[in-house]
Amino acid sequence: MGLGVDVDLATVWAFIIAFAVFVYVVMDGFDLGLGMLFPLFPKKADRDVMMNSVAPVWDGNETWLVLGGGGLFAAFPLAYAVLMPALYTPMIIMLLGLVFRGVAFEFRWRTQRERNRWDIAFAGGSLLATFAQGVALGAMLQGVHVEGRAYAGGWWDWLTPFSILTGLALVTGYSLLGATWLVMKTEGELRDEAYRLSWWLLIAMLIAIGAVSIATPFLNFEYAQRWFAWPNVLATAPVPIAVAGVTVLLLRALANRQDYRPFFLSLTLFALAYAGLGISMWPYIVPRSITIWQAAAPENSQIFMLVGVAILVPIILIYTAWAYWVFRGKVNAESGYH
Amino acid sequence: MFENFDAVVLARAQFAFTMSFHIIFPAFSIGLASYLAVLEALWLWTKREVYINLFNYWLKIFAIAFGMGVVSGIVMSYQFGTNWSAFSDKTGPVLGPLMAYEVLTAFFLEAGFLGVMLFGLERVGHKLHFVATLMVAIGTLISAFWILSANSWMQTPAGYAINADGQFVATDWLKLIFNPSFPYRLVHMVLAAYLTTALVVGAVGAFHLMRDSHKSGPRVMFSMAMWMATIVAPLQIFAGDQHGINTLEHQPAKVMAMEGHYQSHPEGAPLILFGLPDQDAAVVRYALQIPKLSSLILKHALDAPLAGLDTVPRENWPPVPVTFWSFRIMVGIGFLMLGLGLFSLWTRWRGTLFSSRLLHGYALVMGPAGFVAVLAGWVTTETGRQPFTVFGLLRTTDSVSPLAAPAVGSSLIAFIIVYFAVFIAGAVYILRLMKQPPHHGEQGPRGDTPARAAGITPAPAAIASRRFN
Ligand code: HDD
Ligand code: HEM
Ligand code: HEM
Repeated sequence: MGLGVDVDLATVWAFIIAFAVFVYVVMDGFDLGLGMLFPLFPKKADRDVMMNSVAPVWDGNETWLVLGGGGLFAAFPLAYAVLMPALYTPMIIMLLGLVFRGVAFEFRWRTQRERNRWDIAFAGGSLLATFAQGVALGAMLQGVHVEGRAYAGGWWDWLTPFSILTGLALVTGYSLLGATWLVMKTEGELRDEAYRLSWWLLIAMLIAIGAVSIATPFLNFEYAQRWFAWPNVLATAPVPIAVAGVTVLLLRALANRQDYRPFFLSLTLFALAYAGLGISMWPYIVPRSITIWQAAAPENSQIFMLVGVAILVPIILIYTAWAYWVFRGKVNAESGYH
Repeated sequence: MFENFDAVVLARAQFAFTMSFHIIFPAFSIGLASYLAVLEALWLWTKREVYINLFNYWLKIFAIAFGMGVVSGIVMSYQFGTNWSAFSDKTGPVLGPLMAYEVLTAFFLEAGFLGVMLFGLERVGHKLHFVATLMVAIGTLISAFWILSANSWMQTPAGYAINADGQFVATDWLKLIFNPSFPYRLVHMVLAAYLTTALVVGAVGAFHLMRDSHKSGPRVMFSMAMWMATIVAPLQIFAGDQHGINTLEHQPAKVMAMEGHYQSHPEGAPLILFGLPDQDAAVVRYALQIPKLSSLILKHALDAPLAGLDTVPRENWPPVPVTFWSFRIMVGIGFLMLGLGLFSLWTRWRGTLFSSRLLHGYALVMGPAGFVAVLAGWVTTETGRQPFTVFGLLRTTDSVSPLAAPAVGSSLIAFIIVYFAVFIAGAVYILRLMKQPPHHGEQGPRGDTPARAAGITPAPAAIASRRFN
């Protein structure tokens, strides 16, 4: 099985879902990351700024997760039906984490006495949700036990050293996004602190990416084949090379204190890691057992939705961009957005 | 723990629990979003300060309720896969696209404009801000459209075929979306959301009128709410009646359960007002009934024959006691709402709308009634569909995920603990906001924004630190 991609409906949908999940990772990644950094910023004024820098957009960010899940249900129902029970515990933990952090956005402004409690809920919920997403990713990559059209494993199968590793990797990754977001959106001491954190988080994330990349090909023979065998290596080699290049740029942007660049370069790092993931998985949607074609919903379902996606996603991107534009610029404690 | 439980029962309990919590928020935010749009329109149109004060007052409450609606909804969208994976595999090709359209047309719209609605009045100008409010309101209605279509399809499936893998596939999307019970359910649910909101607004208004009947904010909101109750309650009763007649045609067993008709009545069926249905013995004990009235309501003829559950195989019976009672709770509350509407009309005519303590007391007690009726209505609908998830075609026992009871049981406990902790806190914050009357220079969710735009006293310095401008 090479890397050739035949364009058919299932393939198109695989890319749409991948796109939705990627947009989710990009958008909710920084606001989850910012939540995880909360404990490092004990001052109330700093926290107010941090929270307000994402308050107008977090709901839209999270909607991409709903599109990812809902899209999977609609376009690849079999994959949804197999993966959700297989990833049961991490999914439930993620959902509960999202509950805690989601309500904190409004709750913490409504109480003086319990504000600290909702700050903890915000940080803890963000951490739980992120870690659970990373674990779910790892658990999926290592493969799940399928019989017939159903998951046939136990409810603790997901827990392995590898899935813990991917969980930690995502925690460092989202934190980096959060820190560079703060660099971009804030000023003064808060930004200085965010710069300092970005360095450490970048290093931590590189170690994590490295560890996951080394571990993945050894999960099963096929992944290794895919990455290292000739001629595939021609297609795969650019990924690590690009990672190295972007890292250099990112280090420079941090050193030169170019406020806007670190965030976008961090996103580029994510995009590369994500592409690597895609190379490892293709064309499976449940690694090693179900391909996208086996899981695909009947054509008429996929076509019906494709019409909606083709028309609506561009419109959504436009008004989402508008919302970000409305709340553009730096946020600070004295004057809010300006 | 849980080893001796049935995983199906636990999965049902979990779905019922998470769904019941979720629907409380949409029932309120669908109505409130529309109400906010009306308030803002009135403000833009008349420039009267009372409207922007009310707008900001309810906007703060909306922000909290909406947030809780979002997080509990995200849980729902994954519940299908985690707990009902066999169901997901089979219905994904038909229900999935409906939900995908809900995400694309409704959720993004709501979420995309929510930030501007909550925090953007001063950044985008009044007109554009109104557009944002309108988009959020429309988004909630579109969301109701799709999800109710999906639910209605599970009640009255249409426009489908079954493929070799046992999956439902669409043969006609229009028929599938506009399946027979959908129009009724959509109307009934949207009216329910409007009524629920009107009763909450009315109760808050009444509460403040009881303390001081001269404040303009409470007066305006109370009067608006009572108009809604007066007009919408009768419409709702009519819609419910039509809904029931439609259900009789497509899901007769559900109506038998609602009515407590274990036996067939070839010469006109009685309306059982109250009684204790006994599922094992298949009789309603201590029945207090009015002869022939059920036939009159459902068939518009006193002597029309009505079949009972004795014509349905026993393994296809819904649990009658739950359906029977939840239906009565809903209908009873419906008539109490009608009573409130009529009473308010009477006091309006007499000129005592703002001074009748009896009316205010009534309105206050009815504050939470909409939520109870909505929950009771859904329990009727969903329990009455049992033992099927897709009525007549897919059994609940064949829908469940291949999970052991301990997994489902533990997550159920986790949901119960977290939901109670989180959502009760939210309810407390909302009640605290409601305890304050709307006042001159009312602030938006983050302190100052809309108030300054309205040209009213700026926010006190204390909250200046968390302000957008
Ligand atoms: C009649 C209306 C109605 C019903 C029956 C449901 N919902 Fe809901 N839902 C809404 C009306 C709504 C809404 C009005 O659009 C909400 C409520 C408050 C809110 O924030 O948006 C919402 C929010 C909401 C969200 C968050 C959207 C976001 O990110 O902004 C999700 C994912 C769901 N719902 C999913 C579901 C699922 C899977 C349901 C069925 C099992 C369901 N809802 C029943
Ligand atoms: C909005 C309010 C809703 C409420 C309060 C509600 C309530 C319930 C309740 C009480 C049950 C358990 C019934 C029983 O087991 O006796 C249930 C089951 C279920 N409902 Fe709903 N429901 C709602 C909406 C929906 C919607 C919109 C859908 C799908 C589109 C849906 C799909 C299901 C499914 C799949 C089950 C599980 C199987 C079952 O137990 O029947 N529900 N719901
Ligand atoms: C008083 C007269 C009423 C009648 C005759 C009535 C009738 C019905 C019927 C027959 C159903 C079940 C339909 C089915 O499952 O096929 C239903 C469901 C429901 N009812 Fe009512 N109802 C009334 C009042 C109310 C009120 C006052 C509310 C809320 C404010 C309400 C909210 C609901 C909801 C949310 C459902 C579930 C969704 C649906 O199936 O439409 N109802 N009602």
